[in-house]
Amino acid sequence: MSALLQAGEASALLDAAIRGELPDERGRFGPFGGRYVPETLVPAFERLEDGVREHLHDAAFQAEFQKELREWVGRPTALTYAPRLSESWGADVWLKREDLAHTGAHKINNAIGQAILAKRLGARRVIAETGAGQHGVASAAACARVGLPCSVYMGAVDMERQSPNVDRMRRLGAEVVAVESGDKTLRAAIDEALRTWVTDPEGIYYLLGSAVGAHPYPYLVRELQLVIGQEARQQMIDLAGGLPDVAFACVGGGSNAIGLFYPLLGDDIELIGVEAGGTGSGLGQNAATLATGTPGVLQGSYTIILQDDDGQVQETHSISAGLDYSGVGPEHALLQATGRVHYISASDDEALEALEELCASEGILTALETSHAFAAAKKYAGEHPGRRILIGNSGRGDKDMPTLTRYPARTRSHAGA
Amino acid sequence: MQAHERITAAIDAATQSGRPALVPFITAGYPKPDDFIRTLKAIAAVGDVVELGIPFSDPMADGMTIQRSSFEALQQGVSLKWIFEQLDSASGEIDAPLVMMSYLNPLLAFGYDKLADRALAAGVCGFIVPDLPLEESADLRAALEVNGLGLVQLVTPATPERRLQTLCEASRGFVYAVTITGITGGAAGLPADLADYLDKVARLSSLPVCAGFGIRAREDVAAVGRHAAGAVVGSALVEVLERGDDPQPYLRSLLGQ
Ligand SMILES: Cc1ncc(COP(=O)(O)O)c(C=O)c1O
Repeated sequence: MSALLQAGEASALLDAAIRGELPDERGRFGPFGGRYVPETLVPAFERLEDGVREHLHDAAFQAEFQKELREWVGRPTALTYAPRLSESWGADVWLKREDLAHTGAHKINNAIGQAILAKRLGARRVIAETGAGQHGVASAAACARVGLPCSVYMGAVDMERQSPNVDRMRRLGAEVVAVESGDKTLRAAIDEALRTWVTDPEGIYYLLGSAVGAHPYPYLVRELQLVIGQEARQQMIDLAGGLPDVAFACVGGGSNAIGLFYPLLGDDIELIGVEAGGTGSGLGQNAATLATGTPGVLQGSYTIILQDDDGQVQETHSISAGLDYSGVGPEHALLQATGRVHYISASDDEALEALEELCASEGILTALETSHAFAAAKKYAGEHPGRRILIGNSGRGDKDMPTLTRYPARTRSHAGA
Repeated sequence: MQAHERITAAIDAATQSGRPALVPFITAGYPKPDDFIRTLKAIAAVGDVVELGIPFSDPMADGMTIQRSSFEALQQGVSLKWIFEQLDSASGEIDAPLVMMSYLNPLLAFGYDKLADRALAAGVCGFIVPDLPLEESADLRAALEVNGLGLVQLVTPATPERRLQTLCEASRGFVYAVTITGITGGAAGLPADLADYLDKVARLSSLPVCAGFGIRAREDVAAVGRHAAGAVVGSALVEVLERGDDPQPYLRSLLGQ
């Protein structure tokens, strides 16, 4: 993929990223990003961009945001040493516990930040899309907290496989709208949310859940999620005796990964993003966008996407709804092109196996999305013994019970051994 | 005459004959790929300019009808390459200038330079790209301009006046005034303050203005025609074709003929 950048361009762009200069004023991360949206939404995006510029780093906004992170979300989240995993993998394994954040995943950091912003921008109501339902639950909770009505668009396929989260959203006062169009998963849910936004661009605030889409979303979501990496970096120094050799995060749209990686970009730490390898390498069998995709425009951004030769976006498969997406955030496309972050994939089976191992050895039921990062870290540990490994434990797996009950636990004896 | 000027001329000719220009939209290859050229000829015989929709997997500015037509056309193998082959086979037999309506990604995948060459050869005079705001359009615009092809700009009721002016100046062929704040295919009817909005666009534009979205019946065309040069009819025509009905009587009825 480095062929996407001219020689010399890659290192200049990486330096700019580390210095905090990206995205540029056109919303670009090098060649990636930008704003490809219907004309009806252009004024809404300009208002949002102005609002972000005015509020995001303003002292009053930051005071309210930091207070909510502390007192309502429960930050800082723990850094947990994993002694039995460490022993069995031959490594030193540390987990950044976003599963302990309110509502059970990193998604809440972004949701409460944007809900506060929506309120300040005078929105009448909030809409959001969701795949795994974690962003939907986080948005429902955050909207209840700030006092705004919330509608969540969710693919019909995802409503079935993440049904516990559908009930949670409704109890938190959100309307859940089933999306029957397109592939009935996350991509269709984003399309439908955009169609709804077009009907009332002034009254609606679109609370996008990952570091994807048109400018300023990839930037806004990163800024609200980088608390993960900032905390983890300090906790590693305080508790683990130093920075990790390598950090892993799963990548759907890329919000937990950019949150963990961004504050570590300037350090001598190997960074590895893990996408969904699904059931195989063929088009449609996985959601390994960065590993197998090509540049194109999807849902507002020029990035790497899974598409055919005619530019038609391809359907994806992953056991985890949150990774089941044919695009990826534009900043990840740049980080891959510069060579700073490596993106690999883990299969459905590897993720399931990793989930069971983590349950049995550390007493943590992690999300299926997150399990992909564990699977990749385990493989890495086997090839590089004795490393200090940091894993972004992006969320908890309670929501995955409808899927997990179809796979009988294989390693139960392991716990009793 | 440059290709994009053919679009303007066709609309002006309708104005001179004392009626609104009619701009029918179809999704290429829908409902049956085999009928594409026959349908296109029938529509081009009544319409002044024909808008040809290129199917896309993620039609985010479109309502149910065009989502469905787009999805079905893709299922049946319709692609930009196939559409150009079909148009080449009918060259010289289609009266009205063609404008392609496509989301950006199929055009990117095809390649802009090749696109401009194939389009010119096939009688396409311009493009409408609903997910390409002016700020991102320099590359495509430059490639099209080499062959005299136009990029038609959309304006909407949400567009602030200063931007309206910029978009009207940048547009080629005509200015596409979206009637509603919403997606295609809405059944809510035309908004009450449509006249003021269309008058404002017409005042700012040196090109003819055609209004579209939500136009289904003769009264809609007449209402729009009092304040704009033409009317675009999309979802309603696609539904006529979907039912297997003859599009010509429907299109004529829109003009009161
Ligand atoms: C627990 C968890 N991890 C990861 C993801 C993937 O999203 P992202 O790549 O934006 O972090 C999701 C998405 O729903 C999730 O719920």
